[in-house]
Amino acid sequence: MNKKTLFLQGNEVCVEAALYAGLDFFAGYPITPSTEIVEHLASRLPQKGGCFIQMEDEIASMCAIIGASLTGMKAMTATSGPGFSLMQEAIGYAVMAEIPCVIVNVQRGGPSTGMPTSVSQGDVMQARWGTHGDHAIITLTASNHQDVFAMTVEAFNLAETYRTPVILLLDEVVGHMREKLLMPEPAEIPLIERLHTSVKEGTDYHPYLPREDGRLPMSDFGGVHRYNVTGLVHDMWGFPTNNPKIAHGLMRHIVDKIENRVSEITRVKEYFLDDAEGILLSYGSSARSALHVVKNRRKSGERLGLLELQTLWPFPAELVRERCAHAKYVLVVELNMGQILQEVKKAVDDPSKVFLANKVDGTFITPTDIRNVIRLILGKGV
Amino acid sequence: MAVRDYIRERFMPHIWCAGCGHGIVMNNLIRAIEVLGLKKNDIVMVSGIGCSARISGYLDFHTLHTLHGRALAFATGVKLGRPDLHIIVPMGDGDATAIGGNHFIHAARRNIDITAVIMNNHIYGMTGGQYSPLSVYGRMATTAPFGNIDQAFDIVGLAQSAGASFVARTTSYHATSMIKIFQKAITHKGFSVVEVLSQCPTYYGRKNRLGDAVEMMEFFKKNTTPLGSAAKEKNPDLIERGIFVQEDRPEYCAEYKKIIKKAMGEQ
Repeated sequence: MNKKTLFLQGNEVCVEAALYAGLDFFAGYPITPSTEIVEHLASRLPQKGGCFIQMEDEIASMCAIIGASLTGMKAMTATSGPGFSLMQEAIGYAVMAEIPCVIVNVQRGGPSTGMPTSVSQGDVMQARWGTHGDHAIITLTASNHQDVFAMTVEAFNLAETYRTPVILLLDEVVGHMREKLLMPEPAEIPLIERLHTSVKEGTDYHPYLPREDGRLPMSDFGGVHRYNVTGLVHDMWGFPTNNPKIAHGLMRHIVDKIENRVSEITRVKEYFLDDAEGILLSYGSSARSALHVVKNRRKSGERLGLLELQTLWPFPAELVRERCAHAKYVLVVELNMGQILQEVKKAVDDPSKVFLANKVDGTFITPTDIRNVIRLILGKGV
Repeated sequence: MAVRDYIRERFMPHIWCAGCGHGIVMNNLIRAIEVLGLKKNDIVMVSGIGCSARISGYLDFHTLHTLHGRALAFATGVKLGRPDLHIIVPMGDGDATAIGGNHFIHAARRNIDITAVIMNNHIYGMTGGQYSPLSVYGRMATTAPFGNIDQAFDIVGLAQSAGASFVARTTSYHATSMIKIFQKAITHKGFSVVEVLSQCPTYYGRKNRLGDAVEMMEFFKKNTTPLGSAAKEKNPDLIERGIFVQEDRPEYCAEYKKIIKKAMGEQ
C-alpha cells in the first residue's frame, strides 16, 4: 500500500484526523497555540459540506457543539488554557446530559494568560476536575503526529461509544511541531458511529434508560422522538427530578460507565519495559525526550524503559502498578509541577521510588534534563 | 390540535407562582404555533435557567434545557445542525441581558433564524427577587435594599442596534396581539426578538408595593401604547408596543449554504 506522506503541523494533523473521523460541526474561538485548528477547519469543513462557525467566545463554542451534536452531528471545538477554563461549565453539561463531543486543548504555559506561545502540560488536572461536581471524564493525549491522528479519531470513537465529552490534551510542542504523517487509508482505522434507537415512532422512547451494556441509544433532534435534555438531575425521560434514588442511580451511571471500563479505554505505549530497572513514565511531547533517553541509554546497556500514557483519564492505575512493580525507580517526566506524578504515587506499591523530572518555565524538557535527574536518583551527581 | 396536546402533563404542576405572567406567554406561544400549523417534530425549544426557562420542559417539542445565559449559543448549534427546524428560545431577564447578554447581541448580529422570547419581569424570580439588568431605576430588590441604582436595558433598542431583523414588544395583558406577534416572529426568516413585559407579583410586585397580578397587568394596560400612537406624543413616558423592526436581511444559515457552495467549487 502506497500511503500518502504529509509534512504537517500537529494542529493540522488534528484537523485531518477529525475529518477522517467524520467531523460535521466545529465551533471555536481563536486562541494561541490552537488557532491553526480553527483556521484550517474554516476552509476544510465547508469543502466537505460540514459546518464551521467562529463563535463570540469559548463558552458559546462549547455550547454550540453540544447543540449540534444533538442533531446527530459529530462535533468538536479546540482551544487553549484560558478558553478551556471558560468551557468548563458546558463540559459538565455534556457530561450530565451525556452528549458526545470532542474538546481539543492545546496546552500553553502557566495559569491565567501565562505564556501563550510556550509549552506546558499544566491542564492535566483541569481536564479531570475542571468542571464542578463528581463526574468521570475521558482524556487522551499524544506525543507524535501519527499518534495525534490516531488519538483524535479515538476521541470521536470513545465520545460516541460512551456518550460523553472526550478531551484531547495536546501541547504547544506537538501542536506546532512539523513532522511526517503517513495518512491512513479510508477505513483503515475503524470508526464508531452513533448508536441510534430502534424504538419506532409512537412507542415511548427513554433517552436516559441505559441498555444492559450501559450504552444509551440516541434519537436526533428533529426526529420522531421528542424528549427533554437538561443539566438537572433527570429521570429516564430526561425530566428533572430530586428523587434521591434516581439521583443516586444517575450519578453512579455517569461515573461507572467510564470508571468501570478503564481497561477498555486505556491506550498506552510500552518501550523496553520487560527488564527495565528504571521506568520513565511520560505522555505528550515530554515523552519524546523520555524515549530519546531510553533508546540512547539502552545502547550503553542501561536497563531503562518508557511507559507512555495516551489515556490520562480515567487514570490506568492498575496497569501502572503492574508495569512498575519490579522497577527500582519510576521517573515521571511531565511539564507541570507533578500532576500525573501524584497519580503514579497513588498507583504504585512503593511511592518512595517515584520521582519527578519536570519543567515549568515554558521551555521544553530535554533528554539531558532527564538524564541529570536519573543521575541524581542513582546517586551519581550531575 | 387542542392547547393541551402541546403540553407534557407528566411535567405538571408547573413551578410558577400564582399570578405569574409566564403561563400567559406559554399559552400564547402554543396558540401561535397551533395557528401556524407547525409540526411538533419540527420545533426545538432551547432555554437557559430561570422561571421563564422552564417553559421548554413543559412543552411537547424537542426540548433542550441548558445553562444560565447560554441558550442562544446552544440554539445556534442546533439551528446550524438542522436549519429546517424552528428554534424558539424562551428567556428571562438574566438569560437575555445579564449572563447571556453577549450571546444575545451576537445571535442578533448574525441574524440567525431563531426566535427569542424575552419575558421581562424586571427581577430574578427563581433565586428570590434580586435586581436584574431590566430592573427599573430606584426599585427595590433583595440585593437593592436601598433602591436600584443600575440603569435598565431597553431590549428593543438593544436588539435593534445589535442587528436583529425582527423586533417587537408586547405585554402579558395584550394576549391577542401577543399571539399575532409570535406568529410573525416564528415565521420571520432571521433573528426575531419578542419582549414580553411580564409580571412577577411574588417578588417584584411585593417588594415594590405594585399590588397583585391583576393590578400589575393593569399597569401594562395603562402605561403602554401602540407604536406610533398619538398618546405617546402627549405622554412620552408611555411604553410603546408593537413591531419595531421587520426586515429582510441575509440570514446566517442561508449565507452559510453559499459558503459551502464556494468551498466545494474551489476544491
